[in-house]
Amino acid sequence: MKYMLLVYSEEKAWTEDERNQCMKDSARLCHELAERGQYVDASPLHSVTAATSLRIRDGKRSITDGPFAETTEQLGGYYIIDVENLDEAIEIASRIPPAKKGTIEIRPIENLVELPV
Amino acid sequence: MSTTAHSGDIKDLVDDLYRREGRRIFATLVRLVGDFELAEEAMQEAFSAALESWQKDGVPKNPRAWLVSTGRFKAIDSIRRRIRFDKKVAVMAQELEASYESFEENIEGYDDETFNDDLLRLVFTCCHPALASDARVALTLREICGLTTEEIASAFLTSAGTIAQRIVSAKAKIRDTRIPYIVPSKDDLPERLDSVLAVIYLVFNEGYSASSGAEAVRVDLSSKAIHLGRMLNEILKDPEVSGLLALMLLHESRREARVDSAGDLILLEDQDRSLWKRELIEEGSALVEAVYAGGEIGVYSIQAAISAVHARAKTAADTEWGSIVALYDLLLRAQPSSVVALNRAVAISMRDGPESGLDLIEELLSSGELSEYHLSHAARADMLRRLGKREEAAAAYKEALTLARQEPERRFLERRLKEMSE
Repeated sequence: MKYMLLVYSEEKAWTEDERNQCMKDSARLCHELAERGQYVDASPLHSVTAATSLRIRDGKRSITDGPFAETTEQLGGYYIIDVENLDEAIEIASRIPPAKKGTIEIRPIENLVELPV
Repeated sequence: MSTTAHSGDIKDLVDDLYRREGRRIFATLVRLVGDFELAEEAMQEAFSAALESWQKDGVPKNPRAWLVSTGRFKAIDSIRRRIRFDKKVAVMAQELEASYESFEENIEGYDDETFNDDLLRLVFTCCHPALASDARVALTLREICGLTTEEIASAFLTSAGTIAQRIVSAKAKIRDTRIPYIVPSKDDLPERLDSVLAVIYLVFNEGYSASSGAEAVRVDLSSKAIHLGRMLNEILKDPEVSGLLALMLLHESRREARVDSAGDLILLEDQDRSLWKRELIEEGSALVEAVYAGGEIGVYSIQAAISAVHARAKTAADTEWGSIVALYDLLLRAQPSSVVALNRAVAISMRDGPESGLDLIEELLSSGELSEYHLSHAARADMLRRLGKREEAAAAYKEALTLARQEPERRFLERRLKEMSE
């Protein structure tokens, strides 16, 4: 079963050193997951200052600067893992470095058969 | 197999098995068939099949195993009927049938441990922290206690539709996010057990603080919670499980003494102690002593110990306030919270006099944390009343009244306020 782990945290809460350390620790975790066959994909995201939002209403497209929702914690990265059940996903989520500063949202991925492999 | 089956006897036997073992058999079927609804339906069908078959053929050597085995067959039957409509179900049926031989070899070896283990899986799944708190409560009462949706709704003074919706979404979450049907590993156990104990205590308190009016038609939630506590204490050796059971038993022992015929609250110090249930006090106190002898003492056990000190005082004046203050010191370290600090201040005032209690409460109130909590103002009012400062006490009772919500509490505060102006 695949789960997406969405990493939310306050962007301003990180110093440059902490960010670098977080990237190193995250990369190490990904390699460990890969060795156990649980890694699918993962990546940090650029800051929300780089975000662009788009919506189409009544056939009219509008493009705006910034994220979809202004919140105190921003989406800063994601992991996709392949594990047996929610408890295993929780166990991995609790090892993601930003769990100590922000929030990890765990979402099971729905299996859509019509997608390209 | 015994062949002399009297139909009335068989019915009693099946009823008795249903009461004692129904939820255990259900828990095992959930593991075997992997689905709550299917397991419930299969369990009900197995019991009705037993009624028929045991009258004809006699009672099997291992009735519980017979019921599980029959329930499993009923589940496979039911899946076969559904295959026509749903492809996913066909996979389920194949898996179940593929495990047929190994299952039949094992079933006679199912002992208490197997059934208890399955019951624990059910408990930990229903109380999984990924489920919303009210969903955990509803699911626990429905799946572990076997209450109907209507009974749960009336116990929580809400509609059956609301409860049904909660249970449906909780089961959907269990299925869609794949909450595993397992007993948590040793590392996760404390965290997961906290969630289970919180559900049980919440159910207990809901029953214990219920207003007396509607009580007759309401399922007694407190007795359900105590039943859950006893069951868990039997199959899971953990000091906090014993501590929670002790705490509930000690509270329960005072149920009749704590309200008068008009439904008004009676303070611990004014209760008629001859109404306290001795056998519950003894059982609760023995559990507390056993936990203390073991040396691993958590927050439920400390609260139970405080309750046990009150229980052993023959009169309110005999209360060993020194022991109670010491226990609150311990509780404050284990669970630092301003509500615990407030209770500790009250205990200190009982040991050292209202002056010292008042100082502590005013310190707590000035920190701002408890300023919206009616009991902190009520406690302050009480200290002032005991010091003879009637006007200040009246003002504090008024403050408490603006914050109190429950009717019996409001009536109590109004009585006290009136006394201050007499």
